[in-house]
Amino acid sequence: MAETELAGPRGDTTTLIPAIEPELRRLAEHTVEVVSDPGEGAQKCGQIFGQVSARMGNGVWTVEIIPAEIQPPPRLPEGASGNRIRFGSGPVTNWGDETDLVVAFNEQVLLARHRLGALKRDAVLLLESKWGDAEDPAIRSAWTAALAELATRDYRLVLVPMEEQCLALTDAPRKGKNMFALGMLARIYDRDLTLIREQIAQAFRKKSEDVYRLNVALMESGYAWAGANLDLRITVQPLPAGAPQVVMNGNEALGLGAIAAGMDLCAMYPITPATSVSHYLSEVFERFGGLVHQAEDEIAAVGVALGASYAGKVAFTITSGPGLALKTEFIGLAIMTEVPLVVVDVQRGGPSTGLPTKVEQSDLLAALFAQPGDAPRIVLAPATIEECFHVMVTARRLAELFRTVVMVLSDANLATGVTLFPRPTPELRWQADPPDLAPVGEGEQPFGWNPETGLSRRIVPGQPGGMHTLTGLSHDEGSRVAYSAGVHQRGSTMRSRKLAVLQSMLAPPPIYGDPEGDLLVVGWGSTKGAIEEAIDRARAEGLRVSALHLRFLSPLEPGLRAIFARFRRVVTVELNYSDEPGDPYVTEENRRRGQLALLLRAATLVDVDCWTRVPGEPLRPGAILRALRERLAAERRAP
Amino acid sequence: MSEPACLAPGWSGGHDDPEYGLSSYEGAQARWCAGCGDHSVLTAVQRLLTSEQLVPEQTVFVSGIGCSSRFPHYLKTYGFHGIHGRALPVATGIKLHRPDLTVFVVMGDGDCTSIGAGHWIHALRYNPDLTVLMLDNGIYGLTKNQTSPTTPLGWASNTQPRGSWLPALNPLSLALGVTNASFVAQTAEWVPGHLYATLRAAYRHPGLAFVRILQRCPVFTPALYQLAVQDPARITLVVHDDGVVVPELDKVYRSQQVHDPADLAAARLLADATERIHLGVLFRDPTRARYEVVRRVAPRTGPERLALLNAELDRHAV
Repeated sequence: MAETELAGPRGDTTTLIPAIEPELRRLAEHTVEVVSDPGEGAQKCGQIFGQVSARMGNGVWTVEIIPAEIQPPPRLPEGASGNRIRFGSGPVTNWGDETDLVVAFNEQVLLARHRLGALKRDAVLLLESKWGDAEDPAIRSAWTAALAELATRDYRLVLVPMEEQCLALTDAPRKGKNMFALGMLARIYDRDLTLIREQIAQAFRKKSEDVYRLNVALMESGYAWAGANLDLRITVQPLPAGAPQVVMNGNEALGLGAIAAGMDLCAMYPITPATSVSHYLSEVFERFGGLVHQAEDEIAAVGVALGASYAGKVAFTITSGPGLALKTEFIGLAIMTEVPLVVVDVQRGGPSTGLPTKVEQSDLLAALFAQPGDAPRIVLAPATIEECFHVMVTARRLAELFRTVVMVLSDANLATGVTLFPRPTPELRWQADPPDLAPVGEGEQPFGWNPETGLSRRIVPGQPGGMHTLTGLSHDEGSRVAYSAGVHQRGSTMRSRKLAVLQSMLAPPPIYGDPEGDLLVVGWGSTKGAIEEAIDRARAEGLRVSALHLRFLSPLEPGLRAIFARFRRVVTVELNYSDEPGDPYVTEENRRRGQLALLLRAATLVDVDCWTRVPGEPLRPGAILRALRERLAAERRAP
Repeated sequence: MSEPACLAPGWSGGHDDPEYGLSSYEGAQARWCAGCGDHSVLTAVQRLLTSEQLVPEQTVFVSGIGCSSRFPHYLKTYGFHGIHGRALPVATGIKLHRPDLTVFVVMGDGDCTSIGAGHWIHALRYNPDLTVLMLDNGIYGLTKNQTSPTTPLGWASNTQPRGSWLPALNPLSLALGVTNASFVAQTAEWVPGHLYATLRAAYRHPGLAFVRILQRCPVFTPALYQLAVQDPARITLVVHDDGVVVPELDKVYRSQQVHDPADLAAARLLADATERIHLGVLFRDPTRARYEVVRRVAPRTGPERLALLNAELDRHAV
């Protein structure tokens, strides 16, 4: 890169880079962030940049940077709001490690990213310059302090007069900076301006033509300014055009998947980060003959879904941790009455209100065991945004076939991440049939359990001759209330047997890497991309590590014990809490382990270790890699 | 319904050759205590099912938990005996998905006005076409004698042995205070003719018909309403051609008050006038928005959905 004098941390705001012949850098991937106060549109800027990159053929993974409040006071580090886009020449399966380039609308939100360790050691920072000249001495001193703090790293800081430039076009530059920033990024990364204009038109489709034109002008102004003043030119070569792709976030994929599964009722109560599934469905579902019911509370939401499922096609409810806790009793009822039901939990940090907008995988055990009494159910975890789509089809069919609850564990990482995946080719057979209202045969029982499998045919209201009362009380084949212990033993056996039957239908999970080695990493849910990227890097370093990713958590996929036996050590990598070995008071006996680790230890009797974190953000491949190196080093030191 | 709700109760409901007799609706043997008011409600409901010739497989009774919630087991229709306080969301889900079904809800006072109070308020507002019976004996019976929200002030129970601390909740006032509530009535288990006529008016009402049924628990609240049972003069029948009129009761219940159930303000005054027991339809407005109607969506065939889904995926294509 050409050496140029840059604005230093002392706040020399006037030092701009002269127009120069930029050096073009070709990179396999780059990670960009746009951060602002909430309401300044950094998210929209980042989203459009991500969409355009995807449409140009780059692999893309974008993540929202979300403050917990809707409109926190301005210029606070904790108010940082925006979007982070990792894009590459190949497929991008996760959000990656640190950020290469940031556009920040003030120094405080930039500081937030710095303090989180989100930025690469030599990241390029494009910072709005106006705050250094602010009339308010408090702002000026905050600016000076922030720049001093940023100067402790090797960042390359470039001050950009965003507001000044925008003022030439609009009286409300605060609302227009995001498009100026988009234009700068378009110049730096050589994005297709036609596509950008199309995406701006899409983003402002509900606004007037004037609004669209102003935003395009602001974008073009940023583009021109970057051309004249910045020496950065980075090319991330797009992928060669292959199979048709779609781009969306995980919550949209869940919603579309529900449509593809032929479901037509989603009952929900607003809860972050699940709610956007219902936003999406509320827009489109009625066209498909479906509807979103916003219930009075989480309990009613699952109750309405259960009532609807009982009377006809399988319905679903969506929630997150606190809502899952409230739904507990109804989920038990659905399992007891063998009413098929799909419950989607878009996990966030917990317990209690926890981290509403941040990712965590802490609901696994609650999803499996939250019900008092024995309540076997199916638990699935999509590992990618693409799987968020397909899991709904699978969940609906399993719920129906096994007459039980299917829990789907997504998380905030999948929910708000946006990526590309091969366009699904939906099939008619994916859709639920309307309920069969044919008369019920003589002697057919509401729980006509096959004594081998526990499976039985569901009878729904409207079927002549099938009248019975479902009950949450223990009951026999005829749904008659049990008054003896034998009936309860039998019913429990039949409900449990279904999981064993399902497991017998599954194949052992594939192994990523060699089928044997020093260390096997086991993961579940949204961490797959980051884990496998870490495995690739570790194997490139010569480490004998492989990975295995579970989609079925209940029942567990078969063959795990045999697979584990081919590795010297097995470790889970999870986004939930576990005690660190060696911490005060923590012993092998009392150590609280990661949730999957606990399950695997119980199921396989293998001494499964865990490496887990609750950082309130997705795991970074680099962090996983370091953990793998440490685990292997410890293993070598061990006798 | 072509037949107005005000007609005197008839056993056959005008069906000369009924397809379904009383036995068509008989389920398991009822296991309530002898003398329990639930029995007379069950009898009135069976009579209603017969007189209205409700098709058993098209009829669903949903209940919560409590003595009264065993109700569906004793009928030969479809039934869903769910969890405490949550009958209304289940019933709403059924009605939303299958508006073709006739759905009844049976709850006790603890079920409806305590643990399920939130659902009660919101179901009244959603106003789906449900017939909702709240069997109010002023006590938790199944769990053995605990105070409920409708237990009278000062009444001793196992949880409030020196008498309940607070005045009883008034379910009628509360129901009438909910926006978009469309039918609120009160009847009593010991006046079978009135009970039946009220249930029939409730069943025929399009929208959520909330019926509070006053009753005694023979074990824990036998004395509740005893004065009114013994002395009909303590009861005022609220009568109107658009509500309930039971001529056979005229001789016994001489205190009668004509009240137009379209008059919400008057209904609220009646509900609040708790120094007397008022039986009848307090409020009725068949024009109020019904949730399953306002939310009705045109069904799609599988191939239609598939075509629309492909178009939607195209919208996400890059």
